[in-house]
Amino acid sequence: MTIAAPRHVELDYTGSERLTMNMGPQHPSAHGVFRAILQLEGETVVGVDAVIGYLHRCHEKLAETLTYAQYPSIASKTDYVAAMTSEFAYVRAAEMIGKIEVPKRAQYLRVIAAELQRVASHLLWLGTWCLDMGGALGGGATIFLYCIREREMILDLFESLVGARLLYGFYQVGGVRYDLPAGWVDTCRQTVDVIDTRIDEYQRMLEDNPFFQVRTQGVGVISRELAQEVGIAGPLLRGSGVAFDIRRGEPYSSYEDFEFRVPVETSGDCFGRYKVRMAEFRESLTIVRQALDRLPDGPISSRPGLKSVAQTRIPKGEAYARVEGARGEVGCYLIADGSAKPYRMKWRGASFSNLAILPHIIPGHKVADVVAIMGSVDPVFGEVDR
Amino acid sequence: MTAWLLPFLVPFIVMNAILGIVTYVTLLERKFAARMQSRIGPYRVGPHGLLQPIADAIKLMMKEDVVPTAADRPIYNLAPIVFVLPCMFIFATIPFAPGLGVADLNIGILFFLAVSAMEIVGLFMAGWGSNNKYAMLSAMRAVNQVISYDLPFIFSALTPVLLAGSLKLSDIAAAQAGLWFIFYPVIGQLAFIAFIVSTVASENRAPFDILEAESELVAGFRVEYSGMKFALIQLGEYAHVIGASFLGALLFLGAWAGPGPEWLGPVWFLITAMLIFLLVTWVRWSFVRIRVDQILALSWKALLPSTLLLLIATAIVVVWRGVPGV
Repeated sequence: MTIAAPRHVELDYTGSERLTMNMGPQHPSAHGVFRAILQLEGETVVGVDAVIGYLHRCHEKLAETLTYAQYPSIASKTDYVAAMTSEFAYVRAAEMIGKIEVPKRAQYLRVIAAELQRVASHLLWLGTWCLDMGGALGGGATIFLYCIREREMILDLFESLVGARLLYGFYQVGGVRYDLPAGWVDTCRQTVDVIDTRIDEYQRMLEDNPFFQVRTQGVGVISRELAQEVGIAGPLLRGSGVAFDIRRGEPYSSYEDFEFRVPVETSGDCFGRYKVRMAEFRESLTIVRQALDRLPDGPISSRPGLKSVAQTRIPKGEAYARVEGARGEVGCYLIADGSAKPYRMKWRGASFSNLAILPHIIPGHKVADVVAIMGSVDPVFGEVDR
Repeated sequence: MTAWLLPFLVPFIVMNAILGIVTYVTLLERKFAARMQSRIGPYRVGPHGLLQPIADAIKLMMKEDVVPTAADRPIYNLAPIVFVLPCMFIFATIPFAPGLGVADLNIGILFFLAVSAMEIVGLFMAGWGSNNKYAMLSAMRAVNQVISYDLPFIFSALTPVLLAGSLKLSDIAAAQAGLWFIFYPVIGQLAFIAFIVSTVASENRAPFDILEAESELVAGFRVEYSGMKFALIQLGEYAHVIGASFLGALLFLGAWAGPGPEWLGPVWFLITAMLIFLLVTWVRWSFVRIRVDQILALSWKALLPSTLLLLIATAIVVVWRGVPGV
């Protein structure tokens, strides 16, 4: 299959020259350190060059120097907004090579953590996206602060579970590191209910607002074909009408036990992606409720407690594990050589693959749409550059 | 013996009163926005953050004044002054109570509209002189937007003028002694809505703040300004907002009319003006920003024709029923 060439729009333009404008790497809406070199004709973008790599931290090389017990807490630094999912992918790859069973309780705990993380990550996306469109001194800031308030509740849950608020190290090969503290289940239930009602508030505030509608509907349309050609994943793909979700298509960690919907929108624009993520909020909360209801008793790890960092040894072999992260497919390719450290590790970052869509959809839009589209793609640059 | 002093004294008092109001209106807005966002807002400097505006002013004065190497220095340095002066002049014709004002011109509202449209010169100078691509794009947007929205602004402000039958601001206020123009059936409410929308747009406040647009253009035309020059631009913007709020209160909310003795008039005027300011602030902190082409479409396709029709309808009503005010 041939990849469609990045779109360049030739406008009937009689001016003397085009304006080249740098957006980033230091820019209020760069979502980290991203540099977009825009070619402007007036207010219209005719070409975009995406420059990445400002946040490269040699994660894959680092993984070769750290043991299977050490790396999960470092893995969370790839996608620091949804730290749980990268740990999840790494330990799953190690478990696939070693054919390590994970106890049912640990599987459920993993699901609860991953889904709460998805909600937290989507909350941050909604806030920052509205900040991009609404401005730090406008309505966007209001939504942003509301979202941060709710995200804080989830981070509090994680703090009482793990002791950390952003980078957890909750997953470990064979299970999870910590069991639920007393009273955690009730707090979690209350939080989930509160967030459920707050999401109603956001939807009322945004979807009925004509300004929000004109800024998102018909903006940054990704067709179904383009989405599949470029290889985007997650809410972007589902926003373009492809019902693909790894939790459903290739269930892992007992996802087959839970009932949830895979939301799909066919419009492919920013509004469609927004609708998909808003529906995913609900589905994640449903999964958390189900998991809390049916949480089995039993051990939280199939392996004995760690006495040294080099204790976990994985036999020779290789495996690719993928999980459905907040931004799409988070994959980890691991080659083990029988020692306590992997021989080679490769990340497939969801944001990195999703970012490839930008040159295809941005040309032809106004400067203001660039930030709206960027925000709807929801890149986390820790995951793009690793 | 003090007669020669008066022309200097009155503007001096009004100017300083306005500066004080403008400074504290920033605190009002910050507190109001904080409550909307379930925050507390400034709290540390003075009781309930009451000294925050003064602390801000001192901080801005002490900041280093950075001038970009490639800036067009004369234009760059002059721009904040050119911007802030019209924003101050607009208060010249506003009567704060019967007979209390700098100059109650008989073409008061014309002066107000003309002068408030002049701020665009300062905006464009700031954007051009900074020699920055963000600033220049913002300046281009500014010219587009201010020209587009001054027309509906003028037309919606002319509706009360027709109803009162006078261009003199104190006459317009006096004409509302019986019935505030916002309560004038149908016409009053429509004109008020159009006035609020076009005011927000010509003040460049969110959701129409595409000039500043910090998520796209970082800070727009003032991206290269720092210290006191930045403070002057900020002051001008807020002065313009307050001026327009006073105008709105004067045109639609009966100006100084209110219960109590007559000397309470200025207080009522201030309260109604602040109500309009809070309405504008409420809109600002709850909407996402609208795009530049959509802003222009809204003005030329919707707001301008409708305010024009409204003006004609008002003229017909006034001819049919006679001028109610005078």
